[in-house]
Amino acid sequence: MSIHFRRQTEKLKKMVLTLGGMVEQSLRDAISALEQRDPDIATRVIRGDRQINSTEVEIEEECLATLALHQPVAFDLRYLVAILKMCNDLERIGDLAVNIAEQARFLCSEEEISHVPFDLNAMASRAQLMLKNALDALVNVDTTLAESVRAADQQVDEIYREMFELVEATMRENPHQLTQLIHYMQIGRQLERLADHAVNIAEDVLYLANGEFFKQHSGENDTIGRIGHG
Amino acid sequence: MGTNPVMDKSMTTTESDLNTAATTSVTQPDDRDQLTLEQIAACDNFKSEIHDSLYQETSIINVKDFNLWYGTKQALFNINMPIAEGQVTALVGPSGCGKSTLLRSVNRINDLIDGLHIGGDMLLNGTSIYDKSVDVIELRKRMGMVFQKPNPFPMSIFENVVYSLRIDGERNKGVLEEVCERSLRGAALWDEVKDRIHESALGLSGGQQQRLCIARAIAAEPEVLLMDEPCSALDPIATGKIEDLVEELRGEYTILMVTHNMQQASRASNYTAFMYLGRLVEYGPTRDIFTNPHLRPTEDYISGRFG
Repeated sequence: MSIHFRRQTEKLKKMVLTLGGMVEQSLRDAISALEQRDPDIATRVIRGDRQINSTEVEIEEECLATLALHQPVAFDLRYLVAILKMCNDLERIGDLAVNIAEQARFLCSEEEISHVPFDLNAMASRAQLMLKNALDALVNVDTTLAESVRAADQQVDEIYREMFELVEATMRENPHQLTQLIHYMQIGRQLERLADHAVNIAEDVLYLANGEFFKQHSGENDTIGRIGHG
Repeated sequence: MGTNPVMDKSMTTTESDLNTAATTSVTQPDDRDQLTLEQIAACDNFKSEIHDSLYQETSIINVKDFNLWYGTKQALFNINMPIAEGQVTALVGPSGCGKSTLLRSVNRINDLIDGLHIGGDMLLNGTSIYDKSVDVIELRKRMGMVFQKPNPFPMSIFENVVYSLRIDGERNKGVLEEVCERSLRGAALWDEVKDRIHESALGLSGGQQQRLCIARAIAAEPEVLLMDEPCSALDPIATGKIEDLVEELRGEYTILMVTHNMQQASRASNYTAFMYLGRLVEYGPTRDIFTNPHLRPTEDYISGRFG
């Protein structure tokens, strides 16, 4: 690998991890805005999204230039493709954190409800852990850790599936909490999608390591494509 | 032809008028996006597409309205080109586009060719390279040159490297040894040859010989390194080493490199100039040239559609 290319991939890795750090922070803030009923933190998350978006664009440009100038093959090619896909997912996670922050800001202006009918805390902490592990898996191309992210998604999905019934029951009992409950349900939806994006990142790490495309497929893990062997 | 010139101009269109009109229209094509190779070929005064960022660099060499003829055949047409100091500039283009001619004009190696004449000028750090007062030998010392085929002299590795100091009359053994080691290190060759620097240079591999030529070139501490397809006779591994070396030498030296290998230009250079039939077509940061060139002919050439 030429010195030039090695420097370039180092730079890209740094950029992706920076973006990952920004997104993690954004998500953490969105959840504390919700927990602490603090509209200022929520506003900070919403404003911070611009920076995340521009960083994503920078990484994409850098990736495309690297592909054009160095024509990498094998692992190096997969590395750049994985980074391109990953930063797209990270940007989407940033958007979902903004959505959560917006819901949180709205909930601050509403009367507080004593009890959220589904396990929102577990969902939030699992989603955060999944994101963290997916990024850690990238750093060392750790397939075991990447697999664990895919497995963890099932727990989040389970909470999500039960959420509707639980919320519906509470809505019937306390119709005056309808507005708040709808928003909590939306937050649950954002967290579920967010976890899916973390899984995408983990799957990109698996692709990077093995050269095989993985996609979650109705709960089962299927290999749907294969390009070479890692 | 009538006797009244005013009448002539306003009433009739002569053949010469038509010619003038035709020449004007090809000299400066209006729609740069639709520019074709034929239009470039028909232009004696083609205005190159030079990206703005080049003007923000300090230039060490400035090519100004440079024209060159081999006898009656014009090989370079009105080249205007600043070369950024401390950067790697690659000249690319199909065979016969004049890139080697341009490179060889920079250290006036072309002077030796019969029937060659030039117009315009080239400046090195603001002073003309082609001025009558210029000592050509001194000028060439300021520019190291590396050729397509490695051309070590039939003497030891050591003597090859210190050759330029020898002809300058340097006899101090300490100085010679120091320069030899520094240059070989600079050319990433020291570790491979340090135990046999007094053996013949012809025993080295092609890639090593080429790096030896680079060591010889940098021993004279030139300001500019001119490389004329430095890797075309080498295998991919040796090529990779030369490209790494180019990356390491960047900053300390200004490197002007002719290459047939587009990937080499994209990997190893900071700026790329695309030439066609003696015209400088487009010149800009390598990244921009290879991701988003301004002109269609550049795009066609770098994507391999012609040439």
